[in-house]
Amino acid sequence: MRVRFRFSKLGKIRFTSQRDVARMWERALRRAALPMAYTEGFNPRPQLSFGLALPTGAESLAEYVDVALDPERAAAAGIVPSSLPAVLDGLLPEGLHIEEAVAVERSKDSLQQMVTSCSWTMRLAGVDRAELTTMVAALLAADSVPITRERKGREELDDLRPSVLALAEADAATDASVDPTGRTVGLVAELSTRPRGVRPVELLRGLVAVSGASAARPMDGSPATGRPGSIPVLDRACRTEQWIERDGFRQEPLLGRIVPAGADRATHALERVS
Amino acid sequence: MESLWPQIEPLLAQVTKPARYIGGELGAQQVEHGPDAVAWLLVYPDTYEVGLPNQGLQILYEILNERPDAAAERSYAPWVDMEAAMRTASVPLFSVEGHHPAAAFDVIAFNLSAELVYTNVLNLIDLAGVPVRAVDRTVDDPIVMAGGHCAFNPEPLADFVDCFVLGDGEEVVGELNDVMAAFRRAPRPAEHGRAALLEALSRVPGVYVPSCYDVAYDDGRLVGVAPRSPGTPERVEKRTITDLGAWPYPRRQLVPLIEVVHDRLNVELFRGCTRGCRFCQAGMITRPVRERPADQVRTMVAAGLERTGYDEVALTSLSSADYSGIEETVTGIIDDPSCSGQVSVSLPSLRVDAFTVGTAAQIQRVRRTGLTFAPEGGTWRMRQVINKLIREEDLYAAVDAAFSQGWKRVKLYFLIGLPTETDEDTLGIVALAKQCVAIGKRYHSSVTVTASVGGFVPKVQTPFQWFGQNTIEELTRKVHLLRDAARPVRGLTIRWHDPKATAAEGIVSRGDRRMGAVIEQVWRNGGTFQEWSEHFDLDLWTDALAAQGMTLEDAVYRHRTEDEVLPWDHLSAGLHRDFLWQDWKDALAEHGLPDCRWTPCYDCGACTGYGVEHVVASAVPPAGGSQGTGQDLSTGGQVPVRFLSAAPSGAAPATAPGGSAAALATEGRS
Repeated sequence: MRVRFRFSKLGKIRFTSQRDVARMWERALRRAALPMAYTEGFNPRPQLSFGLALPTGAESLAEYVDVALDPERAAAAGIVPSSLPAVLDGLLPEGLHIEEAVAVERSKDSLQQMVTSCSWTMRLAGVDRAELTTMVAALLAADSVPITRERKGREELDDLRPSVLALAEADAATDASVDPTGRTVGLVAELSTRPRGVRPVELLRGLVAVSGASAARPMDGSPATGRPGSIPVLDRACRTEQWIERDGFRQEPLLGRIVPAGADRATHALERVS
Repeated sequence: MESLWPQIEPLLAQVTKPARYIGGELGAQQVEHGPDAVAWLLVYPDTYEVGLPNQGLQILYEILNERPDAAAERSYAPWVDMEAAMRTASVPLFSVEGHHPAAAFDVIAFNLSAELVYTNVLNLIDLAGVPVRAVDRTVDDPIVMAGGHCAFNPEPLADFVDCFVLGDGEEVVGELNDVMAAFRRAPRPAEHGRAALLEALSRVPGVYVPSCYDVAYDDGRLVGVAPRSPGTPERVEKRTITDLGAWPYPRRQLVPLIEVVHDRLNVELFRGCTRGCRFCQAGMITRPVRERPADQVRTMVAAGLERTGYDEVALTSLSSADYSGIEETVTGIIDDPSCSGQVSVSLPSLRVDAFTVGTAAQIQRVRRTGLTFAPEGGTWRMRQVINKLIREEDLYAAVDAAFSQGWKRVKLYFLIGLPTETDEDTLGIVALAKQCVAIGKRYHSSVTVTASVGGFVPKVQTPFQWFGQNTIEELTRKVHLLRDAARPVRGLTIRWHDPKATAAEGIVSRGDRRMGAVIEQVWRNGGTFQEWSEHFDLDLWTDALAAQGMTLEDAVYRHRTEDEVLPWDHLSAGLHRDFLWQDWKDALAEHGLPDCRWTPCYDCGACTGYGVEHVVASAVPPAGGSQGTGQDLSTGGQVPVRFLSAAPSGAAPATAPGGSAAALATEGRS
């Protein structure tokens, strides 16, 4: 028996890594004394399969994990997936919250392999609305957006453009702790996971590249070297959806909510958040 | 207290492993600070991952927070990137629970587990915004305290720490809190307020306040340390709790959000050790043996696993196989149906004998890692000198048992630079390890034997406290000797500790009060995280020594003499100085001393001096208990021990405060 959970990761706990979250789940499942299925061998582990890894520091409204239960013992214990969130939620650390759980078919593809794109909302500092408008338009108009990415310890040049499925500005809540002027701007995006997942910081690198501003490394905290106010700095990023795309339709991995794949993608993502 | 979180949060995007600074552990306590509670900041002066599992700190954290008149939070050394970000943004050291500034606490208390963290202690006091030197602090500054094994030679930190605690902290921490609380309530005289408080603290048994003592030197040599006022004790005796069963802590072991070292449930089987290994400071300063009742161990394990969700439990002590009834205890855990066969048990310090391997095979049937033995010395002669009485055939039998039961990796721990060591002794390490490889080949086509070699640093309150440490050159020569001898042996790997780091540890471990200036200079020149090889720099230490007119020859390599005043002579771990000297003479005479749990008392002083005894369930040695010495074990039971009364299964011992077993079994989400 395989149960798929959808959960959120919000607040301070966003600074933990994907591996940390996996271990939190393992401990919570053991505390709940659920009849988990274990891997074979000298070092048996519970069979957990997560969706696409969330970058450390990002929040999420749409995380997934598949948990394999021992079918016989689960049946004997009368386990109903819909009852599990109530059991497990209190056993997970503050900041992780289970939304829903359903039984899913055992599939040959893992969640991670099935997810084709993710929707994001981002809060940026360091640029004003007008500057962001220009950057977004320039990126969408570009045929290719070369960015450098680190891969296995080496810098590689990649074209970001095909991975940006949707991109739009959005209103963001002002937060004086982020920017002394009280200004932050919002961005929504849908980023493809194929051939490789794009992280919000890499999207920002693409915005910098198309704007012609001097290179900066957002997230590393170094002072911007370009024109004042011209380098976007990622303050918050939140994954709002993970999508599985099939035959022109996108499906949410848990309940299979179907959404047409089209031009309204970014707007749709925004609605989920608000 | 104000929370610094709004200032800390933006820094976390810039640093490695930001979750080290967010707290949120299961078991973390959101305490209320108020006028009636003494605020304690318990600090481990190394990274969060290293410091969080420290059981001593967690025990005090719980004991303090159970009191209505105390409120304790925790802090750890921020890694260098975070420290730089904090200093740039003017963010001081903070607690991980409430992100409260360290300087707002009444007490900043450090755990001292290793000497090379001392520069971190200075750095953290400075990062807290508190004057580094104790004399510069005012009545408004926190009291800086320190405890842990290294507190038995506090003098190198005497200029920076207001007050040291010797021995077990469970009882004395409450007495310190009483003094602090009384001082808090009293109207404060603006002048002399701090001095008065420190003097009051110095009257608490087990507490050493360096500023209450005068140090005398003659011709560059220490000649005495004496109290200034009559109320201050001439000699500070360590604290010893007599009944470990009365302190079933931690009740709510912290479960961190991120991976840390020793990431598992820990349950302490007993404190103290009777083996008498002469190099081992822990074994000397924690005497006598005090076992935890077996029922309590079982309750703590079962409740702990259920509460934490861990799938591994370590039964900790200095020699866990010596616990009375270790087999039954281990089997009881493994066979507990609630563990559903998925819990592994580890015994971090294993004795070398076949019995132990049998137990290990039993407990590691869930997850099998490598097996580690610690013969420490390469020849029988050497092992008699250090009193690690393991015969070669016992080691081989244990290794044979390990390989025959499916293990393919065996790790052996050794020390080099021991007293009287010859090249024959050093090369004996390779000979032993080589034979272990040969034994393994009988069972498997490919085996790995790793000999891990550390340089010996003489420690205070041990028989080797008079021994002049080997030089860097000598240790390096021995390492090369081992490396060259091991090279042709397939399947044998030699790993060694940097002899330079061994020298630096030696500088601090037996230094007197004047060593403080050296530590301060190393810190001022950027020498933090000296336990970490990527940050360790011997030049910082030798430069600082030279600047103070000191040398490695005198501070580290010199043999101390019998009549010499040692910088820690005014502090006591209960061991008679003449016992230690006799044991040193016995060592030089290659005379081993059998385990005192089943032979007549050697009068080391630990039991008789404090009117306590070994507290054990059985003074009869367990299987293999003679450790291959051929020691007459029939005397078991004739030694001065107090036997644990057999409590009915699951019941709390009568002495436990608040019905510990019941309290252990129930705990909500923190």
